Amino acid sequence: MTQSISVTINGKPYAHEVEPRLLLIHYIREVAGLTGSHIGCETSLCGACTVEVNGRAIKSCTMFAVQADGASVITVEGLAEASGKLHRIQEGFWNEHGLQCGFCTPGMLMVSKQILDRNPSPTEEEIREGLDGNLCRCTGYQHIVKAVQAAAKAGV
Amino acid sequence: MSTTTITRPEKLVGKRIRRREDPRMITGTATYVDDIKLSNMLYAAMVRSPHAAANIRSIDTSKAAALPGVTAVYTGVDLKDVGGVVCGVDLPGLRKPHHTVIATDRVYLVGHTVAVVVASDRYVAADAADLVEVDYDVLQAVADPEKALAPGAPAVHPQWPDNIAFTFEQKGGDVDTAFAQADVICKQRMISQRMVANPMETRGCVASWHAADRAMTFYTSTQIPHLARTILAGMLGLEENRFRLIAPEVGGGFGCKLNVYAEEAIVAFISMKLGRPIKWIESRRENFLTTIQGRGHVDYWEIAAKRDGTIVGIKVKIIQDLGAYHQLLTPAIPTLSVLMMPGLYDAHNIHAEIVGVFTNCVPTDAVRGAGRPEATYGIERMVDILAAELKMDPAEIRFKNFVRPDQFPFATATGLNYDSGDYANTFHKALDMIGYKRLREEQAAARKEGRLVGIGISTYGEICAMGPSPAVAAGGWESATVKVEPSGKVTILTGISPHGQGEETTFAQVAGDELGVPIDDILVLHGDTSIVQYGIGTFGSRGTAVGGTALYLALQDIKEKVVRWGSMLLDSSDVRFDGGHCIDNATGKSVSFQTIAAAAYRAMKIPAHSEPGLVATRFWEPGNFTYPFGAHIIHSEVDRETGQVAIKRYVMVDDIGNILNPMLVDGQLHGGASWGLGQALWEHAIYDDTGQLVTGEFMDYALARARTMPWIESDHTCTPSPVNPLGVKGVGEAGTIGSTPAMVNSVIDALSPLGVTHVDMPLTPEKLWKAINQ
Repeated sequence: MTQSISVTINGKPYAHEVEPRLLLIHYIREVAGLTGSHIGCETSLCGACTVEVNGRAIKSCTMFAVQADGASVITVEGLAEASGKLHRIQEGFWNEHGLQCGFCTPGMLMVSKQILDRNPSPTEEEIREGLDGNLCRCTGYQHIVKAVQAAAKAGV
Repeated sequence: MSTTTITRPEKLVGKRIRRREDPRMITGTATYVDDIKLSNMLYAAMVRSPHAAANIRSIDTSKAAALPGVTAVYTGVDLKDVGGVVCGVDLPGLRKPHHTVIATDRVYLVGHTVAVVVASDRYVAADAADLVEVDYDVLQAVADPEKALAPGAPAVHPQWPDNIAFTFEQKGGDVDTAFAQADVICKQRMISQRMVANPMETRGCVASWHAADRAMTFYTSTQIPHLARTILAGMLGLEENRFRLIAPEVGGGFGCKLNVYAEEAIVAFISMKLGRPIKWIESRRENFLTTIQGRGHVDYWEIAAKRDGTIVGIKVKIIQDLGAYHQLLTPAIPTLSVLMMPGLYDAHNIHAEIVGVFTNCVPTDAVRGAGRPEATYGIERMVDILAAELKMDPAEIRFKNFVRPDQFPFATATGLNYDSGDYANTFHKALDMIGYKRLREEQAAARKEGRLVGIGISTYGEICAMGPSPAVAAGGWESATVKVEPSGKVTILTGISPHGQGEETTFAQVAGDELGVPIDDILVLHGDTSIVQYGIGTFGSRGTAVGGTALYLALQDIKEKVVRWGSMLLDSSDVRFDGGHCIDNATGKSVSFQTIAAAAYRAMKIPAHSEPGLVATRFWEPGNFTYPFGAHIIHSEVDRETGQVAIKRYVMVDDIGNILNPMLVDGQLHGGASWGLGQALWEHAIYDDTGQLVTGEFMDYALARARTMPWIESDHTCTPSPVNPLGVKGVGEAGTIGSTPAMVNSVIDALSPLGVTHVDMPLTPEKLWKAINQ
């Protein structure tokens, strides 16, 4: 049994018949073909699958695609402008070496966007609190904190 | 040709250049293995044992096979012709259990594969895996290495009832006399608990068999593409030159992908059987259960010294939990601990014993640091314990015992030859950074208030740039090819396999400086066995020191050729290559690198003893390991009420030789420290007595988080390595090795007024609260 859903991802409309059990992350990756968002744990603990749904950062491995029916989703592929100009958060990560293997990065970028959307000039402590639900095994987080700080500065 | 002034391009090496691999990663367009989708592809799911030890009575696959969408179900019988999982280590008397890719009659660990299901998508494959019915006769398991050694313990492998896989002994100097004549001897049992590598990307692979060409294309998340190709081709009876193995973007390795696993052979086998591409992606739960883990030591240390603090002898007995099987390097890892046991100290009398023990757990193997964190933790704890016994300052006792700068190259009692260093200088720098004297005064004042404030020191050394081939299974050399294209663009093929370390950037920095070309003209390729000449891979902090050196040598060959072509074009025998140009020293006339490249391919005229084209390949065999070192100091406070540790300051000064890109070096050190702090404070793969992994998800297994990591103050000293022309030593593991003892020493120092002398890792609030309230 399938259900029909329509979702806007990065401004583009998608409509599909999906199984009710299909996870949003699998819909984004396998059905919509946007493989930028990653699966690190399937239990909402690592945050590699973080995307924005209706303006809120969520872990898309613990949301069903059918729950996103009618929603507007932004993934890492939607961060840069159509012209290719990078989002200031992407620039921050690049300039401050906020990534190594890059696997957690899409989720880190999306959650960083939320941190700055909610608080344009966060303290180090506030940044760390905002990042706390996303795991990175490479960086020790320091350069990610610096990346968010740089992005915040660029937004002022 | 021109006589215009040559502007030498700005030097790239040593600069904080942002990474060239990042644009694809920050835009979500990098291709990891799960992003690969081939037409007609099927998905595999493993059926795994829920028991750590059991005989398999029967397996019923009929319900699974009948599920719509299921293409096939295989059990061990179907794969009986696939070779066993390979262990590349030979030690005298080593017992190697045959490790079939799928268990047939008995399972040896939780997660052991007993069947594999192939279906149209991953959901159906998972459904079908649940429908495979296995009848087990559950046996008694043993999960603790010391319990496994006790008389009457269950035998992991029935043919070896003592559970001993090997024993190993190494002596240096005269340890018995040293201990007999010592003024003081300190002993401590210490555990380096099992830890899970946990790259954010789990394992996974895609196999695509082309029967007509007898050719396999195989994508897998690995650190060792060529070695994996050789091993997998061997397991499957395939021709190596027709086996194309590609490491796509790899989402972290940390040693756990320095291996070849049963699942890779299973997936390749299925693709051959069905003639269709097959994908398998490991779940996080499977990663916890079936991907190799690190550490797993119970160590008995003894240190002997004179009353003035001079160390005269060191003994260690290592009980190594090997797990149920040997993976690629399993038994070799504790031998690295033995090599590293004297640390930075001039200790000539040593005795080490290893007992390698089978348990019904997933195998241990190389995980970031691999044997060296355990040894460094041991020696650095023992030095602190000795200092406490002698009522000496832990800094003072270290200065007293350091190998001195005039002793290099320094032959250790364990048979190593330390290349270069000035340990006291580096340590002084760290002490100055943290303000050690003032901090001790503040600590004394805090103690008067009843606060538990600690200062922990680790002056660590390590063995990097693995390594000389005789010391590394499968060889320790590395390769590089430099191809200058007719347009003067430069393509580098490196035999290492970076997966976050950033050599696409640092190698381009080296090549840019050597050839005088813009960094944007250089492309670094790796990880595809059909494109890159044979290589060894990325592990053991070897990428830059060994792979970078192979590149450097290939660049020198290119420069030699460029001068030959330049001489011909300038019609001069007195030519130098500088700033991307060949320049006639007599006339000042010059010809650009790009013009030379074009001439080398057009080949209208060819220099004497030369041939067309501009390509060079070098394989470099290092003459020695390199030996980075450093000093890490952690100022912490333990909450009396809760046992919670707060890190107040973390200062690290590391000497890794010359630095190609300081920003990337910092990243490696910060990340490494998050591992070492994890081992000290949070991480622990806990198995219960039935061999069940209790901490088998991120919910139970605590990794460093943004809020638990301190801000790290990092600086460097530089004693270039004489082992390679770049003078580099390696940095991938330094942070991991240096941080753990500093953290534990800090906490024990904090608790020392209460009479606490040791607590085993991880130092969780519960354990510390108990120690405080004893």
